[in-house]
Amino acid sequence: MSKKELLLGNFAVARGAYEAGATVATAYPGTPSTEITEYIAQYDKINSEWSTNEKVALEVAIGASIAGSRSIVSMKHVGLNVAADPFMTVTYTGVNSGLVIAVADDPSMHSSQNEQDTRYFGMAGKCPVLEPSNSQECKDYTKMAFEISEKFDTPVILRLTTRISHSQSIVSLEDRITDEEIISRPYDKNPDKYISAPANARKRRVIIEERLGKLQEFTNNPENNLINVEYNDKAIGIITSGASYQYAKEVCPNASFFKLGMVYPLPKEAITEFVNNCDKVYVIEELEPIFEKEIKSWGLYVIGKEIFPTIGELSPEIIRTCLKEAGELESKSLVTYEVQEDLPVRPPVLCPGCHHRGPFYILKKLKLNVSGDIGCYTLGGVPPLSAIDTTICMGASIGMAHGFEMAKGKEFAKKSVAVIGDSTFWHSGVTGLIDIVYNKGNSTVIVLDNSITAMTGHQENPSTGKTLKGDMAPQIDFVALGKAIGIKRVVEVDAYDLEKLEEVIKTEVNAEEPSLIITKRPCILIKGVKFEYKDLQVNSEKCNGCKLCLRIGCPAISFNNETKKAEINKSLCVGCGLCVDVCKRSAIELKEKKD
Amino acid sequence: MNILIAAVGGQGAVLASKVLGKLAQNIGKDVKVSEVHGMSQRGGSVVAHVKFGDKIYSPVVERGSADIVLAFELLEGARYVDYLKENGILISNTQKINPMPVIIGAVDYPEDIKQKMAEKNINTKFVDALDLAKESGNIKTVNTVLIGLLAKNSPIAKEEWVKAIKETVPERFLDVNLKAFEMGYNLN
Repeated sequence: MSKKELLLGNFAVARGAYEAGATVATAYPGTPSTEITEYIAQYDKINSEWSTNEKVALEVAIGASIAGSRSIVSMKHVGLNVAADPFMTVTYTGVNSGLVIAVADDPSMHSSQNEQDTRYFGMAGKCPVLEPSNSQECKDYTKMAFEISEKFDTPVILRLTTRISHSQSIVSLEDRITDEEIISRPYDKNPDKYISAPANARKRRVIIEERLGKLQEFTNNPENNLINVEYNDKAIGIITSGASYQYAKEVCPNASFFKLGMVYPLPKEAITEFVNNCDKVYVIEELEPIFEKEIKSWGLYVIGKEIFPTIGELSPEIIRTCLKEAGELESKSLVTYEVQEDLPVRPPVLCPGCHHRGPFYILKKLKLNVSGDIGCYTLGGVPPLSAIDTTICMGASIGMAHGFEMAKGKEFAKKSVAVIGDSTFWHSGVTGLIDIVYNKGNSTVIVLDNSITAMTGHQENPSTGKTLKGDMAPQIDFVALGKAIGIKRVVEVDAYDLEKLEEVIKTEVNAEEPSLIITKRPCILIKGVKFEYKDLQVNSEKCNGCKLCLRIGCPAISFNNETKKAEINKSLCVGCGLCVDVCKRSAIELKEKKD
Repeated sequence: MNILIAAVGGQGAVLASKVLGKLAQNIGKDVKVSEVHGMSQRGGSVVAHVKFGDKIYSPVVERGSADIVLAFELLEGARYVDYLKENGILISNTQKINPMPVIIGAVDYPEDIKQKMAEKNINTKFVDALDLAKESGNIKTVNTVLIGLLAKNSPIAKEEWVKAIKETVPERFLDVNLKAFEMGYNLN
């Protein structure tokens, strides 16, 4: 079979896992990695799940590998921080069946709280890292990663970036290897290998170094298809990988290229030969100068971050500009039409009808200190809601609220709350909450439960009642959990009942013991979620132009500077009615009810 | 052929880029499509890059190299005119969607966008795609109206465009989208 399809990089990774005969896939959603597992879920032959977090996802995959299944675990770059603990030891134990860890970095932080280079994790764990440069390679390298994993008894990182994960290019599809060919190995009962206690670990530590040397030999050999050397004009040689290869190839079609498929460890002999064959060599790599530093440590002369940026993703334009400034290219900027400077920006906002809007409006009104978390509700930090003060990482809101109290005492705790979403709470908020109870804290924690993992595009989680594959699942109950860990004050409140919400928050922050508030309303984008009222309109006689309704930051409400009245954009309004409750003059009216 | 689609999150830029990708594949071209998911879906400014030709390397369109900027909203078109190559075409919806800084009164929505484009001597095609989408029977076909106008301004045969739409749009929305495409196509 040779069918060609235009595939997203993430879909191609999923296809690669399928063709390679993987039977287990796990993940916690995170942009730009999410679609890998969503796509894998469509294959009946792969047993797949959303795990509660990346650490658990990796542990499940390690278990599956030792039990004898080819397994793939997917996450975004910050997810590997969460999974770092098992990662740093599975590189010691090695694997039974192939184990691939797909990690998607987000240079330029399109949807992330920081910019990390996962190649450093490969170096830290002495774990091989492959990096594809288009969708075809996403598929091919995923398959090779399984083979390398088994051949060298190691997990393998497949490093992706936003532009590779979220670009589509043409891929040749092949069949899945047949069940007879799949190396479905027996469970590997081998305690000397898998119990990483000191006596065993010390022996494995030696094996890791030997393995690294063998991997270097392997990637040096061109027959293994992990290096791609293309000699053209030898005046300029370019060493690169991933998306950077595509950009550089477009800007310098005539240069000589050394493209790396395995980006750790590096093929020293092959690179040395290339550098010696070219007059001048540039290293073009996104984010950190990892190739550059290593190559320079071998005593070779190459140019890298002296001219190329360390911050943000690269592009053909950046490479063109940098090479021009280095005197290498004649070409000037291609831009003909400059953009007007004073155009208003368009930041992302909470959707019309989003249930986070009510709680944030009240938190701002009560002037509380709010530690926030990762998810759609991070958007509650921008004007006009401006309701949250901090966001560090998944689950951090709860521990940080406790930290507020540790630093400033009980009275400060009465002016502070933590807000966290349902999925983020299960991911890593629950341990922080137990810490508060155990250490006799008084913090108030608000779970904004919208019944979905929303920001990454609607994935199921432990409280949604469904699995990745869409099957029914047990719904884990926030109230029962709160009580089980010893919280006496657990309150559920409708996120749209502003009056009640305000009263509950005021009461709970003042209580001298921990409180758990759950604001419950499904995400407005979930299919079938609708509001009771159909049509809202501003009564222009009652509206006095006070702009109070604008403070909820609803994209459907705007202010008409000519009439000096508020207006509702009917094509955006979903009829949630929050503005009706906020308006003190009852100027926003419900025009007609739905049937 | 380099096309940059500029839109507001939720307007259907991803579906439009899929139609273009399918079209390019059907006519035997190498093609790459790139877009950023995630935060930008929540009503923010979004762009999708579509490139096709004999051999495509970079998945992103370089500023100053787009044959066409296809804008789903007036301000978003103005925001990305620097992607147009000399004599490239800006095809833009005249619909205005206020961004949050305008809604809260921090800044005004620029009133002179069309005039500014004319001053730069940009080759422009403006259309009230929202109005035509309503007429077609579904307000969400703004993207397909604009694809119709793009098709009219491209050297690729109309049947290929229709075929790509048929292969991309879900069955139950197909009729209304084909109608919207015709309305966009018949504008000039």
